[in-house]
Amino acid sequence: MERRDFIKLGGVGMGTIMLPMSGIAVSAEQMLDKPMDVAYKKKLADIALNAAKAKGATYADARIGRYLNQFVTTRETRVDNIVNTESAGIGIRVIANGTWGFASTSNMTPDSVAKTAEKAVAVAKANSKFQTSPVVLAPVKGTGDVSWQTPITKNAMEVPIKDKVELLLAANNAAMTNGANYITSIMFLVNEQKYFASTDGSYIDQDIHRLWAPFFATAIGENGFKQRNGLGNPVGMGYEYLDGLEKDKIRIQGANVGYNNSYDIIEDAAAAGKQLKAKLAAKSVEPGKYDLVLDPAHLMLTIHESVGHPLELDRVLGYEANFAGTSFATLDKWKSGKFQYGSDIVNLFADKTQPYSLGNVAYDDEGVKTKQWDLVKDGILVNYQATRDQVHMIDQKESHGCCYSQSWRDVQFQRMPNVSLKPNEKDISAEDVIKDVEKGIYIAGRGSFSIDQQRYNFQFGGQLFYEIKDGKIVDQIEDVAYQSNTQEFWNSCTQLAGKSDYRLGGSFFDGKGQPSQSSAVSHGCPTTRFNNINVINTARNV
Amino acid sequence: MTMITEETAKKLLTKVLAFSKADECECNLDGRTAGNIRYARNTVSTAGEESDVVLAVQSTFGKRMGVATINEFDDASLEKVVRRSEELARLAPENEELMPVFGKQAYLKTPTYVEATAKVTPEVRANAADASITPSKKNKMIASGFLEEEVTFSAIMNSKGLFAYNTATNVDFSVTIRTEDGKGSGWATRNFSDYSMLDTGKASEIAIQKARGSVDAKEMEPGKYTVILEPAASVTLINNMINNFGQREADEGRSFLSKKVPKGEKGPSNKLGEKMFDERVNIYTDPQHPIAPSAPFGGNGYPRKRMDWIKNGVIANMPNTPYWAKHTNTEYIPGGGNIIMAGGSESLEDMIKNTRRGVLVTRLWYIRTLDPQTLLYTGLTRDGTFYIENGKIKYPIKNFRFNESPIVMLNNIEALGVPQRIDGNMIPPMKIRDFTFSSLSDAV
Repeated sequence: MERRDFIKLGGVGMGTIMLPMSGIAVSAEQMLDKPMDVAYKKKLADIALNAAKAKGATYADARIGRYLNQFVTTRETRVDNIVNTESAGIGIRVIANGTWGFASTSNMTPDSVAKTAEKAVAVAKANSKFQTSPVVLAPVKGTGDVSWQTPITKNAMEVPIKDKVELLLAANNAAMTNGANYITSIMFLVNEQKYFASTDGSYIDQDIHRLWAPFFATAIGENGFKQRNGLGNPVGMGYEYLDGLEKDKIRIQGANVGYNNSYDIIEDAAAAGKQLKAKLAAKSVEPGKYDLVLDPAHLMLTIHESVGHPLELDRVLGYEANFAGTSFATLDKWKSGKFQYGSDIVNLFADKTQPYSLGNVAYDDEGVKTKQWDLVKDGILVNYQATRDQVHMIDQKESHGCCYSQSWRDVQFQRMPNVSLKPNEKDISAEDVIKDVEKGIYIAGRGSFSIDQQRYNFQFGGQLFYEIKDGKIVDQIEDVAYQSNTQEFWNSCTQLAGKSDYRLGGSFFDGKGQPSQSSAVSHGCPTTRFNNINVINTARNV
Repeated sequence: MTMITEETAKKLLTKVLAFSKADECECNLDGRTAGNIRYARNTVSTAGEESDVVLAVQSTFGKRMGVATINEFDDASLEKVVRRSEELARLAPENEELMPVFGKQAYLKTPTYVEATAKVTPEVRANAADASITPSKKNKMIASGFLEEEVTFSAIMNSKGLFAYNTATNVDFSVTIRTEDGKGSGWATRNFSDYSMLDTGKASEIAIQKARGSVDAKEMEPGKYTVILEPAASVTLINNMINNFGQREADEGRSFLSKKVPKGEKGPSNKLGEKMFDERVNIYTDPQHPIAPSAPFGGNGYPRKRMDWIKNGVIANMPNTPYWAKHTNTEYIPGGGNIIMAGGSESLEDMIKNTRRGVLVTRLWYIRTLDPQTLLYTGLTRDGTFYIENGKIKYPIKNFRFNESPIVMLNNIEALGVPQRIDGNMIPPMKIRDFTFSSLSDAV
């Protein structure tokens, strides 16, 4: 989903929530239309590939995309907006004179597709004047005709709008009857129908589904206001994610309910109302050093910022220097084979294969079969995230399959796969992780997050904070943020819960590149403990 | 793509409205043609051109509304998008806050369009990148930059006779230049309506100077310092503050502009008319600003005019929506298209010269809210942070994380310099006392 499909709604508690503005409108029924015939897509793709080769391209790929979105936005007792959009077109990428070229069009007549391919070759040739060394692609074996679909059981596009509205309004009502004064809830549904073909002989048809149902609740008290956002995750699932199954709930005594692959938005909204009342009365944190126990719905974002981004190879090499920045995890640290990224119980892996994750596909946007690989093994930095044209720079022969574009319109480039923290081999619970903490804070949900351009210094907040005393969660507290350095932080990791506690969280709108593109990515982890971390108090009189 | 002229837009939108069967119909036609070039490691990495036109149709039946958009413009597609917006409107529940569209309006003339920007070609962009890469290479440094220029138009027509049309141009350039050993980093940015004002070579020289000057930065203890914030360092904080000026959120008790009325008493629920900042603080919006103009209307076609947000430190006006204006029996005040902050006459160099001890900040990065009630934000300095002593830049210092509120900042003003255009706004360099740096960063 593209960020530019939205305009800023603004307002307190809304964060960066956007409203849809562009894309081609389709009716609810039309969303269910059969997608373009695969044989026809193959024919169009071949036209593009042949036209590119005829003009001198040594490699070409074509992505025919149909992107469907549906958004439902509600506020308290009313519906603010319901929108369906569709965007379709073809993006063609080529190598000519050893240089990348790209062009795209929404006009999918054979003539227009051929001309667009020729334009991509012309762009490559024009840019080759500035190229200092030719593009080197890691080999990929052609797949022939293959297809894949996100493993959904209920296509969210097929669920009547009335049901979605009722669910969101019921969540709003649950929050407001339990203590919230205001609430906005939104449902984002995404369906990417992507057909990829390349001169390697690949013809890959993928049907990808994602869903997110966030809410933003506010309560007003005697001395100000407090906010609590939903603890549900964006997922690579269908409408079944909103079934709220009991088996997917993890109840933390004295604190929140954690959600795995099923979300009970009404229960969470009701809890938000109660927790907002507690927040208004909660004591402010005493700054100092604490042992932190981080819930997966919080830790996922810490992983995203302090592990996912610094291990993107294009950042490490300097290609993102003018925007997001570079990375502390430099090649010399990796080459040493001794760089202690975290303590020896820290194992971080990348993949685009975990079911229900946002990054889950069978093939990336340059036809590479997706896989799982280690980034940090027993605490040591062992690898990065790379695409076909990058892996040779780290002396590897096989792409990691991390290429993605937000739409047919934009050129694909290296994007973060799912990056996850392996659970403890002993299947201990979140409460087992908490029980040894004398003076600590348990944090759930994602809050304010900020990190420097080389990913050393970070400061993160959350949604819910609980004081831990002598192994037990006691009071809800407020105004907590922790500030640390990436390497110090991961080296202070002392305990992980096991696989029964492992949950996926995610980021629906991760921005990167100039012009900026958005992608969706998940991070799995168990409840995890970090010792002796600096906690600051964020309350201030002005 | 050829830009759609006012006459063509009018004809097209008239045709769209003729298909409407709704109680009210409003159409927005927005188009953009843009070109860009990106470079890194002293070589061009990507370049491209894109254009798109989108028609959004909003139909209402009573209190039900639906919006549909399309980017095809044959008669069948136009009728289709109208029917779809009507279909969505019928599916939507009633919204008691839905307000009627506006009738015919008169608009100010604004200097948003400059022909030179519309004439930029891929060769011009390539040369601009080359003018940045060449001096970087000569100085044994590594340049990464991005240049994008765009021509946009916006047209609105509705069933009550409103018609608005505006064209605009914009140029954004930014460059990060780093020393080969990664110990120094400098940055510069430029933003204009007129491409002919852009000199990427000159901007790159500043980035080179900052990169060279920032090598071997010394550590300073975090704490409260007098800072000189270049406009790029303060623009996001000012922008975030103005984005939180909404009357409704204040009236509802969830804004830094909310005012608690004691139980049993009556009184204003927001801080309109209160002095909250140093009296030198004047922030307003002005579509006709000669250097940073904006379109003379917003997305609903209501005219924009010059409007004070903060006058001599006092909250002068707060934007609202037509519904909230009616609900609270106040005037409808639309949000602005730009932020103009008045400054002083000192140049940045003068401000440095007049500082006994302080920190010069090139830019702030990764700014996030810590507390919406106090507008407390966190973020970090980046690409050129220097210690000033006795009127001179003494040495580079390591980057800091800050935890600070623009409310505090705008009460601690020592001096304001000459405003510069940045991100379509006008922001002066500011000298601020007691700015809170909370921790150190190793990032260069």
